[in-house]
Amino acid sequence: MTIMIDTGNYIAAKAAVMAKPDVVAAYPITPQTTLVEGIANYVGTGEFKGEYICVESEHSAMSACIGASAAGSRTFTGTSSHGLLLMHEMLHWAALARLPVVMCNINRVIGPGWNIWTDENDSISQRDTGWIQFYCSSNQEIFDTIIQAFRLAEHKNVSLPVMVSYNAFILSHTSMPVEIPKQQVIDDFLGKYEPLWKLDVDNPITFGNIIGPAGYYKVRRAMQDAQENAEKLIPQIAKEWKQKSGYYHGDLLELYKCDDAEYILLAMGAIGAESKVAIDEMQKKGVKIGLARVRTFRPFPKEEIVKLSRQADLIVIDRNISVGSEGALFSEVKAALYDKSDAKVYGFIAGLGGKDVPYYDVEIICKKAIDGKTKGYEWYGLEEA
Amino acid sequence: MHHFHFGAWEGTIVSSESLVEICLHGRGGQGAVTAANLLVAAALKDGNKGVQAFPFFGAERRGAPVRAFARVSDGEIHLRSEVYTPDIVIVLDESIMRVVDVLKGLKNGGKILINTRKKPDDFDFSKKFKVATVDATGIAIKHGILVGGMPVVNTPILGSVPRVLDKVTLQSIQGAIKNKWAGRLAEINVKATKDAYDSTEVNF
Repeated sequence: MTIMIDTGNYIAAKAAVMAKPDVVAAYPITPQTTLVEGIANYVGTGEFKGEYICVESEHSAMSACIGASAAGSRTFTGTSSHGLLLMHEMLHWAALARLPVVMCNINRVIGPGWNIWTDENDSISQRDTGWIQFYCSSNQEIFDTIIQAFRLAEHKNVSLPVMVSYNAFILSHTSMPVEIPKQQVIDDFLGKYEPLWKLDVDNPITFGNIIGPAGYYKVRRAMQDAQENAEKLIPQIAKEWKQKSGYYHGDLLELYKCDDAEYILLAMGAIGAESKVAIDEMQKKGVKIGLARVRTFRPFPKEEIVKLSRQADLIVIDRNISVGSEGALFSEVKAALYDKSDAKVYGFIAGLGGKDVPYYDVEIICKKAIDGKTKGYEWYGLEEA
Repeated sequence: MHHFHFGAWEGTIVSSESLVEICLHGRGGQGAVTAANLLVAAALKDGNKGVQAFPFFGAERRGAPVRAFARVSDGEIHLRSEVYTPDIVIVLDESIMRVVDVLKGLKNGGKILINTRKKPDDFDFSKKFKVATVDATGIAIKHGILVGGMPVVNTPILGSVPRVLDKVTLQSIQGAIKNKWAGRLAEINVKATKDAYDSTEVNF
C-alpha cells in the first residue's frame, strides 16, 4: 500500500491501469483531458500494457470500446459533457449488447453557453441508456469505484456497462491523498475477465442481427433483470472491497449520521461530501438531520430510500434539471415513495453551471425545507447568480 | 418535527478546529498550483491526514493573475467548495497586489506571506494582519532557479511556509521537492528553501 496525492483524473488513470484493461480507446475533452494523458503516460512508462487506441471522436471511442469488449477484452474509456452526448447512440448499443465497458464521465455543463464547470445534466440525460451509474465524492472513492465497477460490470449476472461519474474540477483537478493497494490485491479482486460470449474468428457467431418483437421484448427485460441483480451485488462488492482494501464508501447509498434523524438530506457527487460538513454543523445546533449520499443513480436505490422515509422527511438537492419537469433525483425519490410512504419530500436545484455550493448554502436549503418555506421544488441561489 | 433557527453566518469556517485554509496568488505560469501541491504533499508527510490542493477553476493565461488553494487538517476533509476565508495568504508576485485584493476574506488575525524586498512593517495592513516577507525572487536568482531566464519563485517561497504554518516542517517541504525533482534541480531548490526559511522576516 502506498499513498498517492493527486488529482481525481490522475487517480482515475491509476485505477484504470491497475485494473489491467486490454483496451483503452479515448478522445480528450476538458476537463477529462488529464485522465487520458495520465493513461498515455503509463503507456510511456510501460505500466500500461494494453492497447491504447487514439480515435477521432467520442462516438468512435465508444465504438472502439464496443468492438474490443465484444472480442472479449476488458475495456475502459473516459469522457465528459459533449463527448458523452456524442457517444449517446453507442451508449445504448454497449448496454443492449451487454458489454461490460467501464467509463469515467467527468460531470461538466452542456453548452451553449459555453462552460467548463460542473453540473450533472450530461450523465443524468443518459439515464435511460441501460448503463449503471455511480457518482463519486472523493478521489479515494474514484479509485475504489473504478475497481469495483470492473468487478460489477463483468459479473455474469450483470454484464452491463458502468459509468463512474465525478465532478469537473472539484474532483477532476483537486489533489487529495489516496491509498493505493498493492497490484496483487486488485488482481485477486478482479480476476480474469471471462466473457459469456465473444467475437472469435475460430468460433464464429453472429450478434446484433435482426430480432423480432417478442425476442426484443425479452432483451429489454433481461437488461432490467441485470440492473436488479446489480442492486444486490453492489453492496456485496463494496463490502468485499472493504475487507481487501479497508475502504468503504457506502452501498447504493452512503448513510452519514442518520440515526435518530427526523430529516434526511439526499445529494450526489461532491455536494454529497460538502453536505457532511453541513450535517455536522446542524447537528451541533440540535437539528435531527442526517445525510444519504446517493452513489448509484442506476440502479436507483428505491428500497433503501423507502426505508429512510419511514424514519424521516426527505430533502433532495439536484445538480441537474429535467427541463419542463424538475430535478431528476427529486422525481425519482418521489416515485420510489409512491404508495409506500407519506413522508414529505422537498426538492432543490443548486449549483448548475458550476455555481459553488458551500456547506452553509446546504444548511440554508435544509432550513428552508424544515421551516416548511418551500413548495414543490425550488431553485436555490438563482438571484445571486 | 421541530423548527430551528440558524445563527448568522459569520464568515468563519468552523467545521474543524484544526483546518487551515490557504490561498496562493500568482501569475499564470509562476507555478502557484505546483506550490500548492508541494505544500500539501509536505503537510501529509508531517502527519496531517487531510490535505487538498486545487487551482481556481477557470481558464488560465500566462501572466494573468491566478489563484490556487490548499487545505490542511488533522482529519479527512469533506469540504469541496472554494476557499473564501483563508487563514493564510501567500503572494508569489508582489505586483499582483495592485490589481487583486489579496486580503479579501483573510480571517481576522490571519497571516500573509509576500515575495518582496520590503519588510513586514512596510505594509499598511501589518497592524491588522500577521505579515511575513521574503525575497523569493532574489533567492531564485542567487541559486539559478530560472526558466527561460525568468526567476522561478514557487519553490523558494515554500521554504518560508513553516514560518507561517507550524503544521508543516522545512524538512518535509524539502522532501516533497526531492520527490518531484532529482539531481541538481532538486539540490538548488532545496538550498533555496533553506535560504527562504532563514531570511523570512515576520511582524509576529
